Amino acid sequence: MNPHDLSEPLPAPARFKRGRFDMWAFLFTGATGACTYLIITILFVILGNIILNGHSNFTWRFLTGGADKGMYDPATAGVLPMIVGTASRIILMTIFVIPIGVITALYMTEYASSTSWHIRIIRGAVANLAGVPSIVFGLFGWGFFLNFIGQNMDEILHPGGASAVWGKPALVWASLTLAVMTLPVVVVATEEALKSIPQGLREGSLALGATKLQTVLRIVLPQAMPGILTGGILAISRAAGEVAPILFTGAVSYYPELPKLLTDPFMDLGYHVFILSTQSPNIEQTRPLLYATVMALLLLTFVLNIAAIIVRAQMRRKMRLLQ
Amino acid sequence: MSSEAPSFARRSHGWMGIKRGHRARPLEWIIEKGIQLVSYSAIVMVFLIFIFVSREAMPIFLGQMDSAAVRPALSVDEAMKLPKEDLRKYLDMTPDEFVKADAEVIKMLVDLRIESSANETTDKDAKLNTTQWSHLLGPYQWTGYTKPEYIWQPVGTIHKYNIVPLLVGSLKVSFVALAFALPLALGAAIYVSQLANPRTKEWLKPAIELLAGLPSVVLGFFAMIVMATFLQSVFGYATRLNAFLAGIALGLAVIPLVFTIAEDALSSVPRSYIQAALALGSSRWQAAYKIVLPAAIPGVFAAAVLGFGRALGETMIVLMTSSASILSWSVFDSARPITASIAAELAEAVFDGHHYRILFMLGTLLFAVTFSLNLIGDIVVHRLKRRLEGKA
Repeated sequence: MNPHDLSEPLPAPARFKRGRFDMWAFLFTGATGACTYLIITILFVILGNIILNGHSNFTWRFLTGGADKGMYDPATAGVLPMIVGTASRIILMTIFVIPIGVITALYMTEYASSTSWHIRIIRGAVANLAGVPSIVFGLFGWGFFLNFIGQNMDEILHPGGASAVWGKPALVWASLTLAVMTLPVVVVATEEALKSIPQGLREGSLALGATKLQTVLRIVLPQAMPGILTGGILAISRAAGEVAPILFTGAVSYYPELPKLLTDPFMDLGYHVFILSTQSPNIEQTRPLLYATVMALLLLTFVLNIAAIIVRAQMRRKMRLLQ
Repeated sequence: MSSEAPSFARRSHGWMGIKRGHRARPLEWIIEKGIQLVSYSAIVMVFLIFIFVSREAMPIFLGQMDSAAVRPALSVDEAMKLPKEDLRKYLDMTPDEFVKADAEVIKMLVDLRIESSANETTDKDAKLNTTQWSHLLGPYQWTGYTKPEYIWQPVGTIHKYNIVPLLVGSLKVSFVALAFALPLALGAAIYVSQLANPRTKEWLKPAIELLAGLPSVVLGFFAMIVMATFLQSVFGYATRLNAFLAGIALGLAVIPLVFTIAEDALSSVPRSYIQAALALGSSRWQAAYKIVLPAAIPGVFAAAVLGFGRALGETMIVLMTSSASILSWSVFDSARPITASIAAELAEAVFDGHHYRILFMLGTLLFAVTFSLNLIGDIVVHRLKRRLEGKA
């Protein structure tokens, strides 16, 4: 019989699709799906609630006003000192953490062999640093930066001085504490970026006679730039909302001037949310103010988060094209 | 990724790894060593955290603190029989002052002590050193109480430093958080990694991870202002700010962490496992439930351990949703976890005083516990990854 003769009907193929309704599959998929959408619903309820209640007071005057006249009065209070305080502690933190984090990641991927005990210990330390509770960082910053380094600096730089210059809550100590806290974020992001660079680029550079350091500085680092950027942004967005580490190291509830020196204390957006919600003289009256402050804080962290997501997505796309 | 040295180059390995190439470029060698040194900073930081947090707590661990408001007064004869060092401590004198003082002055000071002790409070509790471990951990029948109790009351004439209510508060809140977060995060992780179609997966994952971008102070604010009222109207309990509310809010902070780790573990199960199961006629949920989940179960365990560590260490949420520190296992009573106590009380504690030291002792405890939990979690995750990649 001619196999190409299609006039004869073929035998019906065995049907793989289940005939009966699978109860368990339906329940299992439904339950796990419900979990997923419940989480997302909660997220949107929180965001929606904050935007609905906060947008009316979220004005230009609120964002650029000072805190000197009526911190608890929705008509006059502004958050400029808090925004400047948060921004300056974040910028300082980035200056401290990026070089150290990037160099650590460089050593781990480019120099040390991946099985050496150095790497294992560094990796363990980084992982543990990521899991240390934020309040312990606060205690550490207080005990180490303020009371150890700060007081010793006072004794050396200002012997016999009546009041402490360095040994008190200050912008620089808060930033350093946050830098220690966000070190793992930068290390992990940079490491990921370095690992995704094709090995051939390094070999090509070395084959052309470049030294190891030249290869790292001129070939590897520029390629890893988006990853380093992502790490920096993630570190910033993590640090922007943290309050516990700066409770004892720099943030104060009221300091109407903008911080000018490294040794100045500062007001902070997140800490201000805490102050407004726990120490307000009249919670009903300050509620619009509270919501608007939360909205400012969220806007800051979310803009940074979304920036990180976009940079990372572009980096992945570029990686895919290269490979 | 260090280059393997070919065997003929072995000879040139010199002192401290200075190779022939380095001799021509000493600057490069110095920079390499500099990079290596900087990379140890993470290790140094972990050590410094441990040293500087526990340093402030050392006197408590060694039993050198004395919080007694009143110490018993000795008669002149008794005081004179004391060894010199003890006498100096009894009179609160510095070594210099003690050397300068003659016998008459010391007798006068002892008399003064006796006189002043006559005016002091007669409460027998005032003579207790409440920083001893028996008082930190065991119950005690304070004046005015009918039975021995665990009480944390650091402010007042008699400092009651029993840390059991704080430990119970931390555990209670963390267990509520895990009971809420684990099923949700795990279900979502299974759905996103195994069952959702790739298109929805693309936006579901970042959406859940966006929850991690919510600062904890914002979650605390939301719990305190909105959730407190809502949950109270649903469950109808008496205390507005209680462990249940704190636990649910904390759960929201734990969900993204547990989700990310569990999803990662589930996704790292080789696709061939699933394809084999499907080829043998199982449905997608059977493959997920009977093949992928058992293979990734250590990762799920690690997610739970790390989530517990996060819940124990979270500060702002519990600080804003907790109030009185009473010892009660009921989740509908208020609770005050360790972290909330540290954050709320350190600013008011006298520098170098016993309260201050005890708060640092609690911090050391917290660090030690979360450190071990993280270590366990990380080891489990690494073992799992290596097994699934077929390296072990």
